This record gives sequence, C-alpha cells and structure tokens, in this order.
Amino acid sequence: MKISEKIYKNTFMVVAFSSLVFLTGIVLVLFIEGLPAFSVTGVLSFIFGKSWYPTSTPPEFGIMPLISASFVVSVGAMLFAIPIGIGSALYIHEIAGEKQKMFLKPIIELLGAIPSIIFGFFGMVIVAPLVQKLFNLSTGQCAFTGALILGVMAIPVVCSIAEDALSVVPRSFREASFALGANRWQTLWKVIIPAAGSGISTAIVLGISRVMGETMTVLLVTGGAAQIPNSIFSPVRPMTSTIAAEMGEAAVGGTHFHALFAIGLVLFVITLILNMIAEYIGRKYRLKLGLDV
Amino acid sequence: MIIKSINTQRLGFAALFVCIIIALLVLGSLIYFIFSNGISSFSWTFFTDIPRKSMTAGGVGPAIIGTIYLVIGSIIVALPLGVITAIYLCEYSPKNLIVNIIRLSVNNLAGVPSVVFGLFGLAVFVKLFNFHVSILSGSLTLGILILPGIISASYEAIIAVPQSLREASYALGATQIQTIGRIVLPAALPGILTGIILGVGRAAGETAPILFTAATFYARTYPTSIMSDTMALPYHIYVLMTEGTHPEVQKMIAYGCALILLILVLAVSGIAIYLRQRQRRKYG
Repeated sequence: MKISEKIYKNTFMVVAFSSLVFLTGIVLVLFIEGLPAFSVTGVLSFIFGKSWYPTSTPPEFGIMPLISASFVVSVGAMLFAIPIGIGSALYIHEIAGEKQKMFLKPIIELLGAIPSIIFGFFGMVIVAPLVQKLFNLSTGQCAFTGALILGVMAIPVVCSIAEDALSVVPRSFREASFALGANRWQTLWKVIIPAAGSGISTAIVLGISRVMGETMTVLLVTGGAAQIPNSIFSPVRPMTSTIAAEMGEAAVGGTHFHALFAIGLVLFVITLILNMIAEYIGRKYRLKLGLDV
Repeated sequence: MIIKSINTQRLGFAALFVCIIIALLVLGSLIYFIFSNGISSFSWTFFTDIPRKSMTAGGVGPAIIGTIYLVIGSIIVALPLGVITAIYLCEYSPKNLIVNIIRLSVNNLAGVPSVVFGLFGLAVFVKLFNFHVSILSGSLTLGILILPGIISASYEAIIAVPQSLREASYALGATQIQTIGRIVLPAALPGILTGIILGVGRAAGETAPILFTAATFYARTYPTSIMSDTMALPYHIYVLMTEGTHPEVQKMIAYGCALILLILVLAVSGIAIYLRQRQRRKYG
C-alpha cells in the first residue's frame, strides 16, 4: 500500500471517531457542569427531593416532580402510540396491497418529519382548548394533553420500527401456519406477532425514549407547574421543558445553572439506558430468527 | 367454528384499519388547521419585512433568513464528517472492535435528547470556545445533532454500490482512494443527497438545540456575520406563543410561521422519500 493511501485511511479513521468524541464530550460536559449541583444538595436529595423551587430563598432543588412528570407524560403517550402505531404497522404489513404501501409508508414517515414545535403549537392552540372544554377543566394545558400530542409524535417511530420487525419474519412461518389450516388473522395473531414480539418491544422502548426527550411540545402544552402530578389533568413540568424554560433566567455558574445540567445528566442516563435495552432486545431478536446481527 | 373465526378476522382487520385511519386523520387535521389559519398571514411583507410594533405587525424575514443560515451551517458541519465516517465504515474497516465502537457511538448519539445537545452547545461552543450566542454556535450544535442521520443515509448509499464496480476499478489499476472518489461516491451520490435533504428538514425544525446557542427573540436587522445571534422560525413560533402582550394577533403570525415551516419540512422530506424510493427500485 502506498504511503498516501495509508494517510487517507488513517485520516478517515480519525474522522470516523468524531461521533465517539461528541458522545464523550456530551457525557463530560453533563458531569462537569452537573456535579456542582449534586455537591450542594447531595445526589439522593436532588433526585428524590419533592420540591423544585430554584429561585426562592433558600432555593430547593428536588427533581422528583420533574422526573415523575416526564414518566406520567411518556407512559400516557405510549398508551396512545402503542395500539395505534403497532396497529398501523400490522395494517401496512398485513392488509395493505403494494399500491397502498407505496402511499402509506411515506405518509407515516412524513408524520415523523414534522418538527416538535409544530406539534406543540398545534397542541396549544387546537387540542388544549378542546381538552379543556371536553373535560371541563380550568386549563387544557396539562399532562393529558401533553401525553396525547406526544403519543401522536411517537406513532411514526413505533410504526416504522414495528413494521421493520414484521417484515423480517421469515415467509416459511406464515406458510407453515396456512398449511395447518389457520386463516390470516389466526396466523397474524398466533404466529407473526409472537415471532416479531421482541422486535415490536424494541419499537415500544425506542418510542418511550424518544418521547422522554421531547422538549418543545411539552414546553407548550403541559402547563408547567413543578409539582408531583396528582391526576392526569394536572399541569406538569417534565425534565426537558424545565431545562429549556429556566436556562435563560439561571445565572451562569450558579447552583440553578448547574442543577439544570444535572437534570440533563439524569435525562441523558435514562434515555441511554432505554436505547441500550432496545439495542439488546433487537440484537437477540435478529439472532433468534437466524439473521445477521 | 369456521364462521366464528372468519368473524374474528373481520373484526380484527377492521380494528387495524381504524388504527391507520386515526394516524392519517391526525396528520390531515394538523395540516388542515395550520394551512387554513396560516395562509391568511402570507404576503410579500410577511416574508421580507422585520417584525414591527412588538411582534404584532411587519414580517418574519429575519427568522426565515436565520433558519436558512443555520441549516446551511449545520450541513457544512455534518456533511464531511458524516460522509467520511460512512466511507470508513464501508470501505476500510474490517469487522472489528473499532467498527463496533463507532457504530455504537453513532446509534447512541442519535438517541440523545435534543435539549441535551443544547446544553452541550452552551457549555462548549458558547462558553468554552467563546463563540457566544451565534449562528456559528448554533450551526455546530445542529450539525452534531444531524450527524447520525447523515452517517446512516451515506452508509446505506455506499454499501448499496455493487461490489463489481469496485472490482472493475481495481482491475483497471486504480488505487483504493481513486476507486472511492471516482466510482463509489458518484454512484452513492443520490443516496447521500437523500440524507442531506432529510438533515435539512430536521435542522430547520429543531428548536431546543438553538434555544441557548443561537436564537434571539427579536432582531431589528438581518444577521450580518456568523458571529451574530439570529432569529429562527421555530424559535419565533415559541416566542410568539409565550411572550408579548397581544396573544391573539401573535397567534395568527405564529400560524403563518408554522405554515412556512410545515411547507418547508414536508416538501423537503417528500423529495427525500421520493428520491430514496426511486433509488431502492434501481438497485432492487
């Protein structure tokens, strides 16, 4: 190999490591800027503390209200997204003909390309007033509306990953089931779905992870009260929107500033764990079906 | 027994049909509401003028221009890094530890919440490198955000180039780098282009990463250099909905901004999806 070829190869390798550099950089930044907050309050009372009053005197930095808000909204979102997302995937895979597929798959992808600020805006001006009227609330900007909009946003994620999982189920499974006299529904329900089961659960886990990290939508539609939610109709303030809303007013280098980075760290760790679970399940699933990992 | 199972099948398929209809209805109603309310604010001044009378009159010109600058900047950052990473993964790397590490990093980078990219940009570009709140900081932050997408689109495009093309090139005595530059990349170009277009759509719509790195909520002038802060369409929607004193008037302007953004993103993604489908048919 000529020297110039070697130079190219090594330069390309260095550049290829940029993703790792950025990922490491993100982790370092979150630790360096977030740790001072932990040293003020202690890790446990930061994470499990029940009150978030960063600007009162003395300030209180407990992020349990924010964590619980994130979970309530994300779980609620998945209650909408799982049936509709997976149902759509099953429809596209099982019932739609070639022509319908050519139309439906791009449409679902387009739904996924719409920016979160537009969903947030739509939720704020159209859905929140509807929810308020329908359930007779004092405000429509609450956990329920947030979950509804986030659920819609998670549909394309859940649908496209579930559809991928369905499409790699070997044809022979289906033929064997038909040969035993099962109809299409029985085949779908008792053979295809169980075979694609862990692939579908990857879709669910990645959906939760995506929803948990959404910022602009929840910032606009969930109201913003930093309290542990006592009903699905309470206004809540998830972790992402706390960071986005309060960074502007936090003094650089102050405890509040560091606390917001510490929230970022908690958020990062939660989504990282979810992504790793999804990757692990997906890998095992492909092994089980005898495919390349 | 058979009749019962046929009925279950009908019921089940009907339920799946309802699911897809709900998904389509949601998309349809979102487009309908934003279109029907947003179109009324469209006018020449809306696209070219600066905001006037505390954001209740005038236009959103600086926000449109700012978004264009940020998109171009982020593509300049992400494109070389992404394509070279994909070339390395496809053409050079043996299946080993290095590849696994790079692939794991790319996958995990893709899963990082957008607001965390904002925090990273704030700490590194705005504070550490002292780029301040600027188009430069915002472009770098957005560039890192869209990098994983560019990498996987380029990877898919390069891996799909038939091996026989490479072998023919080597048989003619071309070196590896010549083969990559003159055979592989030109063949993979449409696929890479798809990735770029999808990246454009993503970068144009993201708000959280530019909140603390590039965006200012009001500008009298168009940005003059990459070191100036800038208005941007998605951030302007947020500002119109949360600040100011005339919520009803501002809401209509926000509808207009949302419509511009929606048309931009749908058009751009539509083109990318179309290109990709054509490409896949070509290579089977």
